[in-house]
Amino acid sequence: MAARDVHGVEPPWDDGFQVVGRAQRKIDGVAKATGQAIYADDVQLPGMLHAKTLRSPHAHARIRSIDVSKAEALPGVHAVITGKDMPIKYGVIPWTPDENALAVDRVRFIGDEVAAVAAVDEDTANAALRLIEVDYELLHAFLDPHESLARGEPAIHPTPPGKKPKGNISKHVHLSFGEVDAQLADADAVVEDDYFFHGTTHTAIEPHCAVAQHSADGVLTLWSSTQITHYVQRALARVLEYPESQIRVIQPCLGGAFGGKSDPFALEFCVAKLAMKTGRPVKMLWTREEVFYAHRGRHPMYMHYRTGAKKDGSITAVDAKIVIDGGAYSSFGLVTTYYAGQLLTGPYDFPSYRFDSTRVFTNKPPCGPKRGHGSVQPRFAFEVQLDQVAEELGLDPIEIRRKNFQGEYTRTVNGQRVTSNGFLQCLDAVEKASDWKTRRGKLPYGRGLGVAGSMYISGTNYPVYPNEMPQAGIQLKADRSGLVTVFTGGNDIGQGSNSVARTIVAEELGLDPLDVRVVAADTDLCPVDLGAYSSRVTFMVGNATIDACRKLRALVVDAVAAKWEIAPARVHMGLGEVFDRDDRARRMSTREAFHLAEAKHDTLGATGSYNTPTLGGDYRGGTIGASPAYSFTAHVVEATVDDETGRITVENCWIAHDCGRALNPMLVAGQMEGSAYMGIAEALLEEHGVNRFGLHAGPSLLDYRIPTSVDTPELHALIVESLDPEGPYGAKEAGEGPLHPSIPAISNAVFDAVGIRLTHLPFTPGKVLRALREKRGAERSPGGKPAATHVAKGQD
Amino acid sequence: MKVAAPEHWTLLEVLRYKLGLVGSKQGCDKGDCGACTVLADGEPVLACLTLAALCEGREITTIEGLMPAWRASEEGAADPVQEAFDRCGALQCGFCQPGMMLSARALLNANRKPSRAEIRQALSGNLCRCTGYTQIVQAVELCIAEAVGAEPASPAWAPGENPWREEAKD
Repeated sequence: MAARDVHGVEPPWDDGFQVVGRAQRKIDGVAKATGQAIYADDVQLPGMLHAKTLRSPHAHARIRSIDVSKAEALPGVHAVITGKDMPIKYGVIPWTPDENALAVDRVRFIGDEVAAVAAVDEDTANAALRLIEVDYELLHAFLDPHESLARGEPAIHPTPPGKKPKGNISKHVHLSFGEVDAQLADADAVVEDDYFFHGTTHTAIEPHCAVAQHSADGVLTLWSSTQITHYVQRALARVLEYPESQIRVIQPCLGGAFGGKSDPFALEFCVAKLAMKTGRPVKMLWTREEVFYAHRGRHPMYMHYRTGAKKDGSITAVDAKIVIDGGAYSSFGLVTTYYAGQLLTGPYDFPSYRFDSTRVFTNKPPCGPKRGHGSVQPRFAFEVQLDQVAEELGLDPIEIRRKNFQGEYTRTVNGQRVTSNGFLQCLDAVEKASDWKTRRGKLPYGRGLGVAGSMYISGTNYPVYPNEMPQAGIQLKADRSGLVTVFTGGNDIGQGSNSVARTIVAEELGLDPLDVRVVAADTDLCPVDLGAYSSRVTFMVGNATIDACRKLRALVVDAVAAKWEIAPARVHMGLGEVFDRDDRARRMSTREAFHLAEAKHDTLGATGSYNTPTLGGDYRGGTIGASPAYSFTAHVVEATVDDETGRITVENCWIAHDCGRALNPMLVAGQMEGSAYMGIAEALLEEHGVNRFGLHAGPSLLDYRIPTSVDTPELHALIVESLDPEGPYGAKEAGEGPLHPSIPAISNAVFDAVGIRLTHLPFTPGKVLRALREKRGAERSPGGKPAATHVAKGQD
Repeated sequence: MKVAAPEHWTLLEVLRYKLGLVGSKQGCDKGDCGACTVLADGEPVLACLTLAALCEGREITTIEGLMPAWRASEEGAADPVQEAFDRCGALQCGFCQPGMMLSARALLNANRKPSRAEIRQALSGNLCRCTGYTQIVQAVELCIAEAVGAEPASPAWAPGENPWREEAKD
């Protein structure tokens, strides 16, 4: 970390913030409101062909042969490709390249890509797919991760010769901090239970789409609905064996992603290869069904937790064992396996902590990063368990969370540095807004309140591929017209990162926001940014933007100070003008100031960068989960339970989120509400599963049941601002943290409502009715309390 | 307007591929998501499930059809629905919103002052994955408040000054 990376929390000029902190319209709001925004499928090029993909009908099979001759002979077909055309493996994590754009000799789930056809239109391409003959030899299909764990053969990914066989284990992590066993033995209460988080997927409303053009001079241009342009460019170069400098990746307007567009995908390689083969532009648009197969969504996790606590509620030890169902490929799985343990160590202080997490391959659509990557599942388990501890000890659920607050400017048990921490203010906010003190535990049977907390990263130190270069870069161009153009590799996926860049430039250079334009996510035009994942963009791109602005501003201030013959410190910029702080009548337009600066300093521009400080624990994997700043969240959910139908209804969700400084509170609130909505949907409605053959159980939006406006409760976004010393003006993340507590808060509200503990997701009416039946049975039995779930000291 | 297309083509295909009106989006192509919603004689219909041939003689309004109102109005203002969606932050990724805004327009044409429950009901055929619908409902309510000259409700995230009133003063 250098001086350029930290800019303080204060406004850049004496007059306070002019733009930051206000509800600003989005930079692309008018384009989106009028239907003029161009998304990948809106890209039409002369002579463009349409491509489709042949997918495996088997969950696990060896490919003996593929015959494409009949497909190639169909009139209107321009090219057919198979795995042989692109045999080099890739993977978003450089240590685990186990994917082929098209299967070379083996398919690993129903929907795995086998061949692709480019034709004059989609109908012809689809007809050609039906003419491709594939001879499969069926293999045993693993659909249960525990079976994959127990039985390594046939390996879904055979071990290369000379390497130690790993069976079907994708990644195993075991880390221990402090004296876990001794602390558990010494605890006043130990709660032990099993938890299950099912699979869920992103379902951005825009399906994946890519268009490729290979020009006569050799430049390959790809327009793709990706959230990480830089990694797609690198992966294309690797797989196509083509110079990276001759590949240009452009992300047009993106119709939502949520992590589902962060891997390089088969369609991107296929359209590129087909464009190179045919000399024609090629487009591939996935159907909604194909998007479900592509998945990369939330990993199912089987979690066993033990938590020890003292009588006063203070946690002494947490011990976790997690089996992760990875699906067919690695994707981000190495990181997921670490995140499943590494991101739990806040906002509460753990004196000791151990986790053992194992990701295994199964013959199902591959899992990957979904909003709150790797940490939503353990957070669910732990926040429910913390309520169980509170129940055991007779403590209020909010009080036990306050009691265990880790504090700010501290270090977690696994060695992560925590800076600003507004978790207590979050708890206060939801406690007050929900009227917790007068209502929790006192509402009529069938209605309850539940609380949960969480923390999440604002970007990570781990840059996917190790390098010493900045994580974020910015270029600014100041025009003679008074316009400033920002060039950023950051990916605006709807979260508003381009709007954030504009807000910061307007603030720093005293411009009307309309005089700032943003060119983003085009690898030919923009400096590298690592993309829209792990909630890094506001923090990292924001800091890089401030860095660039301060360099540009110094040139302008210097030129104006020379003209007015005053000290540079007196020159201020604000609201489209440059003025003398000590004699405010002396002023000129920013446009004139740019002219002076260009005359004195030559063509006006600046670059800016951001890189993370050295962080993380001093052990293998210690940097995974290390972030320059953490966000904190608390939710209270009000839920009703119909004990005849078993149906849970969330009536209200109060979301308090510490996002550092809210640069644009309207966009922050949008992230908080969208996160909570998505969490509630995962808890009550959605399930991404397969049937006993490995076939997706319902690959449509109707069957998958994403909530409509009538299914979504009233969401109340309460912004908490604990200014972070390293964030841009103190800002931290807002897009992923506020998803986490929604799910355990529902379980905890159901306990308050009807006295059952829901530990296995999703919370279907069937599970609720079963739990209610068991509870009634237990109450009638002589012991009076269900056995086994709550283990007090001495009974172990 | 006359357009030639294969008889099995849907209205969405004709709009997007024949007429270049790409503001109407395809999210599922099977009537689940509502991103392709357009107005046929003022009623919201799913363009992906409507055969183009059945639209002969009907008046079709797409999101681009609200654009002339934006340009032609004397104050230079947009259709109030488009304007309110922009002001309230309802346009995150924006992909579902052309259809959503047309559903909202149809609702407000039929009912000048719908309740929150009626708004949620009228928009329930349009899936949004970004917003949790909150800022969308706020946008429709802002439209209603401004149309009847009432004070717009302040959102939960702005406990101090009402940001909608603040902008109105500017």
